[in-house]
Amino acid sequence: MTIDRILVIAESNNGQVLPASLELLTEARSISDKVDAIAWGKDTASLAAEVGSYGAGRLFDVGDIGESLPGPHVASAIAAIVNSENAPSIILAPTTYDCRDIIGRLSVKIDRPVITNVVGLDQEGDAISSSHVLFGGSQIATAQFTGKMPWIFIVRSKTFTAEPSSGQPAEVVGIQAGDLGATANASIVSHHVETQSGPKLDEADVVVSGGRGLGSQEAYSMVEELAELLHGAAGASRAIVDSGWVPYSRQVGQTGKTVKPTVYIACGISGATQHLVGMKGAKNIIAINKDQEAPIFSVADLGIVGDLHQIMPKLIEALKGLS
Amino acid sequence: MNIVVCVKQIPDPADPPTMDEAKGTLNRNGKLIMDDSDSYGVEMALQLAEQAGGGEVTLVSMAPNNETSGLRTALAMGAAKAVLISDDTLAGSDALSTAKVLARSIERVNPDLVVAATESTDGYTGTTPVQLAELLGWPSVTFAKKISIEDGKVHVQRQTEVGYDDVECPLPAVVTVTAGVVEPRYPSFKGIMAAKSKPVDQLTPSDIGLDASQVGAAGAGQRVVSVEAAPQRASGDVVVDDGDAYQRIVQFLQELKLV
Ligand SMILES: Cc1cc2nc3c(=O)[nH]c(=O)nc-3n(C[C@H](O)[C@H](O)[C@H](O)COP(=O)(O)OP(=O)(O)OC[C@H]3O[C@@H](n4cnc5c(N)ncnc54)[C@H](O)[C@@H]3O)c2cc1C
Ligand SMILES: Cc1cc2nc3c(=O)[nH]c(=O)nc-3n(C[C@H](O)[C@H](O)[C@H](O)COP(=O)(O)OP(=O)(O)OC[C@H]3O[C@@H](n4cnc5c(N)ncnc54)[C@H](O)[C@@H]3O)c2cc1C
Repeated sequence: MTIDRILVIAESNNGQVLPASLELLTEARSISDKVDAIAWGKDTASLAAEVGSYGAGRLFDVGDIGESLPGPHVASAIAAIVNSENAPSIILAPTTYDCRDIIGRLSVKIDRPVITNVVGLDQEGDAISSSHVLFGGSQIATAQFTGKMPWIFIVRSKTFTAEPSSGQPAEVVGIQAGDLGATANASIVSHHVETQSGPKLDEADVVVSGGRGLGSQEAYSMVEELAELLHGAAGASRAIVDSGWVPYSRQVGQTGKTVKPTVYIACGISGATQHLVGMKGAKNIIAINKDQEAPIFSVADLGIVGDLHQIMPKLIEALKGLS
Repeated sequence: MNIVVCVKQIPDPADPPTMDEAKGTLNRNGKLIMDDSDSYGVEMALQLAEQAGGGEVTLVSMAPNNETSGLRTALAMGAAKAVLISDDTLAGSDALSTAKVLARSIERVNPDLVVAATESTDGYTGTTPVQLAELLGWPSVTFAKKISIEDGKVHVQRQTEVGYDDVECPLPAVVTVTAGVVEPRYPSFKGIMAAKSKPVDQLTPSDIGLDASQVGAAGAGQRVVSVEAAPQRASGDVVVDDGDAYQRIVQFLQELKLV
């Protein structure tokens, strides 16, 4: 088996390809010079320039799927590509809600397994090894496919750095989903946006996160204020998401977002392994925790042992004075 | 309203996990418990069946060594019965072969709704339930943070990057739930006693028409080639707050030119 084409799922939001898909296009063009992308939605053709500049030669366009959940449609379209002369050797998808649905269905349609939660890819000739974080980051496992292509990988965001090349706009090629039967019967009735100002959590240069140590939902306003002063985003541990203090979209960790900011400030977070996997890649980590033994200190560049209710207000005042 | 809940039985996450380096799989020889992530699905199913005015909640699990202790916990919460698929040939299954086993078992129960967790605690591929839905030919709604059933349809608040979508889906369907969708009950003493005599149907792959080449390590199209210690991040300064430690943070941020 030789590695030939690579197909990257280009998920988009408001007419822009997600950074996680651009990261995969960047990686794909370092493995092969034949990279294609696939997208769905109302005005997919408008993404051709963007995916092209990241290295995609062609953009398969599934078209407008209305208010259907994308899983069945896009999986069916990819299965059609796999059964054509354009068959990819490798399929790369970012770890998003919709891509997990797409890949789960695709895996059954073409009877191929999936390697998930990938945090690195290594090419050696015609073999690809993927790396995976085990047990909250204490160990790294390397995996390989043993069976037939295409090999399907679902990759965690921030695994690669997105870098544009000088590529021309991709050639847009229409692709139809086949008969979907009952599988496509789930449809979106309405969208609800929980307002969030400032930079996005997984793109911000500074992330300030709060945990159960805040003691109350009200105290989260200190986290938000500090984040705003530093032009950053506010994050959270799962403990306070599950308690309903903040929406899930703020969660950092294994089941939440992966962030790699210049500085991550953890306030009242113990540093459970499932939290650490989501933020250990930050360039600098500052932790405030009253327990000297808290595991978060083992990854912190600067650890402050103390009561956040004393420290955070003073820090906020000092930063206000400077800005 | 008959509902199947997929219940994964896993090594206690509180015990340090170990890998079988030769096989590249997680050791699952000790006692197994119900994955905490599935307690939300069990509770949700019990409440939905009750609101529908009746029907049974059936558990389906694939696990080694005829393990039932995790299933007993879910039966003690109130589920009526369980189906357990266990066999040495299933060891080393990947998510796709797991989904094949679950799908065949669920077809025998013929439910209106299948509930699973969004992702398990140990393997967390998050792909099994959707693979299952595709094998059954059913629609699926993943990442549910709220579920209700009206007019033969399941209504779901599905988490998104920016908030949530209201999604509507006719039955039968597969729905995956997140932690926090409901508050799982603790089994009562009466429930624990009753669970001991509830039926657990024990099956092997051949009972559900799958042969050994399709499942387990033999059916898995991937392998772990190595496991190594990850490079550790070195820790830096840890200072005890004397009232002025916030200044250290200000200084740190200034050095990075962030203020
Ligand atoms: C399958 C699975 C997936 C998970 N995924 C995630 C995930 O994606 N993200 C995630 O975050 N977690 C995740 N978890 C949960 C994780 O294991 C922890 O339970 C969680 O991260 C704990 O949150 P916490 O640190 O806020 O709370 P705690 O662990 O309760 O820590 C609170 C900390 O605050 C400190 N504190 C208390 N009062 C003060 C004070 N006044 N001043 C300063 N410090 C104080 C305490 O010393 C303590 O260290 C997952 C768990 C499982 C099983
Ligand atoms: C660290 C690690 C990494 C792995 N990586 C991969 C990988 O990349 N690709 C791959 O194919 N396999 C992988 N596996 C194997 C995979 O975990 C198992 O195949 C498992 O049987 C199903 O996948 P899951 O636990 O990831 O389920 P998920 O898809 O995360 O499970 C979601 C839900 O499905 C239901 N469910 C899952 N398994 C069962 C079961 N046995 N019985 C009843 N209900 C169940 C539960 O409700 C569960 O919460 C990995 C295993 C480990 C330990």
